[in-house]
Amino acid sequence: MAASKPVRKARAALVVLFLLLLGMGGGLAYGVQQGHAQWAPLLALDLEGGTQMVLSPQVESGEEIDDDQLNQAVEIIRQRVDGTGVAEAEIAVQGAENVVVGMPGVPDEQTRELIQASAAMEFRSVLEVRRDPVLAQRAELQALLESPELDDEQRAVVEEQLEALSEDPEQEQLEDEEAPASPEEAHAELLETLSSQMAPDDFAEIEDHLTEELAAEFLDYECRPDLTIEDREAQDPDLPLVTCNPDTGDIFILGPVDVDGDYINDASWGTEQGPTGMATGYYETVIHFDSTGTELFREASTRLYGYPQGTPQNRFAIVLDGHVIVAPNMLSPITDGNARVTGEYTDAEARNLAEQLRYGSLPISFQIESEQQISATLGAEQLRMGLLAGIIGLLLTAGYAIYQYRSLALAVTIPSLVVVALITWWALSLLGWSDGYRLSMAGIAGLILSIGLTADSFVVYFERVKDELREGRSLAGAVEAGWSRARRTILASKAVNVLAAVVLYMVAVGNVRGFAFTLGLTALIDVILVFLFTHPLMQLLARRKFFASGKRFSGLSAQELGVDVLYKGAGRFARSNVVYSDQAAAAVGAGENVDTENDAAPATDVPTAEPRSAAADRKAELPDIPEEEWARMTIAERRKARREVELARREAEPARKEAEPASSSSSESTEGDQR
Amino acid sequence: MAAGFAKAGNQLYTGERSYPFVQRSNLWFIIAALLLVASIAIPFFRGGFNFGIEFTGGSEFTISQTENTDISIGEDAVAEVSGQEATVTNIAESTIRVQTEQLDDEQTLEVGQALQEGYGVGADQVSSTFIGPVWGEHITQQMVIGLVVFLVLVTLYMAFYFRTWKMSVAAIGGLGFVVVVTQGIYSATGFEVTPSAIIGFLTILSYALYDTMVVFDKIRENLAPLQEQKDQTFTERVNLAINQTLVRSVNTSVVGILPVGSILFIGAWLLGAGTLRDIALALFTGIIVGTIATIFVQAPLYARMRRGDADIRSHTEEVLALRQERIQDSGIEQITFSGTPLNSQGQPVAFPPLPEPEAEEPEHEDLEVLDWDAVLAPETPESSGGEQR
Repeated sequence: MAASKPVRKARAALVVLFLLLLGMGGGLAYGVQQGHAQWAPLLALDLEGGTQMVLSPQVESGEEIDDDQLNQAVEIIRQRVDGTGVAEAEIAVQGAENVVVGMPGVPDEQTRELIQASAAMEFRSVLEVRRDPVLAQRAELQALLESPELDDEQRAVVEEQLEALSEDPEQEQLEDEEAPASPEEAHAELLETLSSQMAPDDFAEIEDHLTEELAAEFLDYECRPDLTIEDREAQDPDLPLVTCNPDTGDIFILGPVDVDGDYINDASWGTEQGPTGMATGYYETVIHFDSTGTELFREASTRLYGYPQGTPQNRFAIVLDGHVIVAPNMLSPITDGNARVTGEYTDAEARNLAEQLRYGSLPISFQIESEQQISATLGAEQLRMGLLAGIIGLLLTAGYAIYQYRSLALAVTIPSLVVVALITWWALSLLGWSDGYRLSMAGIAGLILSIGLTADSFVVYFERVKDELREGRSLAGAVEAGWSRARRTILASKAVNVLAAVVLYMVAVGNVRGFAFTLGLTALIDVILVFLFTHPLMQLLARRKFFASGKRFSGLSAQELGVDVLYKGAGRFARSNVVYSDQAAAAVGAGENVDTENDAAPATDVPTAEPRSAAADRKAELPDIPEEEWARMTIAERRKARREVELARREAEPARKEAEPASSSSSESTEGDQR
Repeated sequence: MAAGFAKAGNQLYTGERSYPFVQRSNLWFIIAALLLVASIAIPFFRGGFNFGIEFTGGSEFTISQTENTDISIGEDAVAEVSGQEATVTNIAESTIRVQTEQLDDEQTLEVGQALQEGYGVGADQVSSTFIGPVWGEHITQQMVIGLVVFLVLVTLYMAFYFRTWKMSVAAIGGLGFVVVVTQGIYSATGFEVTPSAIIGFLTILSYALYDTMVVFDKIRENLAPLQEQKDQTFTERVNLAINQTLVRSVNTSVVGILPVGSILFIGAWLLGAGTLRDIALALFTGIIVGTIATIFVQAPLYARMRRGDADIRSHTEEVLALRQERIQDSGIEQITFSGTPLNSQGQPVAFPPLPEPEAEEPEHEDLEVLDWDAVLAPETPESSGGEQR
């Protein structure tokens, strides 16, 4: 038997859902197998134990902080916290301008200070530079890896090299043959180089600071992307400094601070123009100093310009939070306080530099607005209770659904809840893998609440189907017609839920954010579920005799529809007569009375189409229309079809009208209203 | 009983049974207004709300799984370290909460230590929370922004979806009722107001609107063919829609409240105060208020806003005038609030056909000689066409 169109569609939808589940489960299984993911969602600190701090940014001058500056600040905190060795710290901007820091355990005093302290930006002149060969090579490989021209094979080779590099840095170190043997040697070498290359005045100024320790530090300096708080505190603006650029592997000795970041007024970026005014295709960053900064920078740049191009002494290092972010050559003295930094930058690089500079103009420190330390015991207890609440909620909802909808609930609602639970669970786990999403207590509350909202989609849908049955449709027809209306309502109301969840998510800070997230997520999953599972399932079930004939406890029996009273005797009124919500449906009876002998038949005590009466009658009347198509037709379409046939017949035998008494037992709507 | 419920559902659907939600709207509105006034007045009499520590600032310690639940231990521990008076409560079985004024880092550690010793628990059983003085202010500000943004977006969305700003305004007006009454309940009962409660509170808005959307959708559906028929008035059709969705509204509230109730139970009795209880309590209150508001405030409000429109008024007049003629000698005893005629046994019947046959189709003559009792209500000439044979 060829499947009817709704059945085919239903099967297709179920296949799509199956593929979706397979994809999610398979993806997760892959992640678990690779060790990147885990089957259960990651847990937030209030369930796992740990500390969560909500910080608010503080600036001295009371200036406004913009998003970019805040993001830079978060980036800096992240590097610092990583540097302390705290694993799995999470730092994010939430709400308008709060920074939320979460970490396992209780942070010590030092970590707290690191988080709260602002990061300074400084401009220092470069005295000497050397290249950490390992880091430099790694940086090169990394850059190569990002280049789009690489094919997969080459990429694999590069990745291999990178790995080898990080596994065995010592070996590479040995190749650095030029390195001086001892600190004394290095010190002597440094003094010699600088005294020969620098202007006597400049050298005299810093000579005292060029100690053996400095030389030794320079020699042994290991460039790490993170600095400890001691390192950072040791940086004195009046003294030379040994530091590096973690991105390039360059290690510098820098002079005392020439210009402080505070004197930056603003920074911008744009396309670079060559000397002829033609665009070079690269981007540049422009620093704008305020009046004091202009003055200081003019002096410094004039001094640096005095050194030959390409020597270390000609370079100017921009230091942010203890690290050099860029150290350009000085091409000309800058007298107007607008310095252009060029260097074959891409749009993103130039923009990032500009943002770092803008942050440097307004160092942000943080104040702890709230701090929560959850003990692991309490966390575990909360998790257990949350799950318990979820199970109770699920059981209660399922129980109520069964009470209301009988086996319809068993066949549709319960499996739907199971599927939705599975999808949600996997989605949360996948999000934990891809985005580090962590389930919080509030998130669990959102999930539990969504049980009710999901069940409500079924309530809307089932009530619609019941309404359509009361209008006198067959179950298959009622499912289609009820769906077309319920679908709109479900989508519209889910949209409100999603809208609320998105707005809440945007404004909420801290743990309560998880509530908005799960609420929105489950609303979306719910829509997927209703379209790909609940409705297709109903379409298939509608063709089962148990439901279609409205057996007892099917949830669709006459008694459960509340229409039994209609069939107790003759002379009752057809419901479709007094239902006005749908013009077409109201006319159902009028269009469909076919068989006058049918009215007293007990078969009609079910308000669904009884296959042996209605379908047979229908076939006799309209032999041209196949069964499947009929099931899909709306009442209005069926009526029209009937009328066409009727008109044709009437033309053929005009006398029939008198012969046949007007009657109104609608087999389709099954009202036994004939005396 | 489910069958009874379903039967009631069917009767509500046909209009055989009908509650005068729209017709008695004056009464509902008076009650609603009284509730509103009371809700606004209560905070003044009771001196505001019971704000949680998140709004007042301070430090809070939670000792879980302790066998010793003596309150004085906590009070002594805090007094020793900082000399402050602490509020110590036994919020759930074997869980103690200690609230103090703001402590600095060092004091926090010391109090934590003292509590561990006092209650004889390990370090992993004491949790602490510190809330700065501006935090509550900050949250409030964020939530107000959220509220405003949500209301604006939702107003636009509903106006767009229903293509009528009056539904949108009625829905939002009803939301105002939900908001004010819920805050009144919070003030009257002294429920603690925390950020979790507020986020729950904002969720109620979406929930209340969700409910309203479903009812308004049905209203819109019932009103679509309003002008093509002369049987019911505008008011009756709106009322029918509310009655038709009543079963769904009740079911929705129940399935909504069951899970929330389970969170509330766990949160309040087993875990003590916290995120779960605060969210659940706000939702629990809000779902009930929201469902009631949809039925008694938002839908009737819309009906009243539209009722005065010229087209509606003329239609109503026409229907009522026709009805006078039509129900004479027809055996119709009564017409329900949903515009369904009932005969002397209280059974729903069809309206008799319109007095003047409007159609030129000859079949209409047959229609009139028929006993209307036996005809399936052709409402328009078009729909009666196929009925003949």
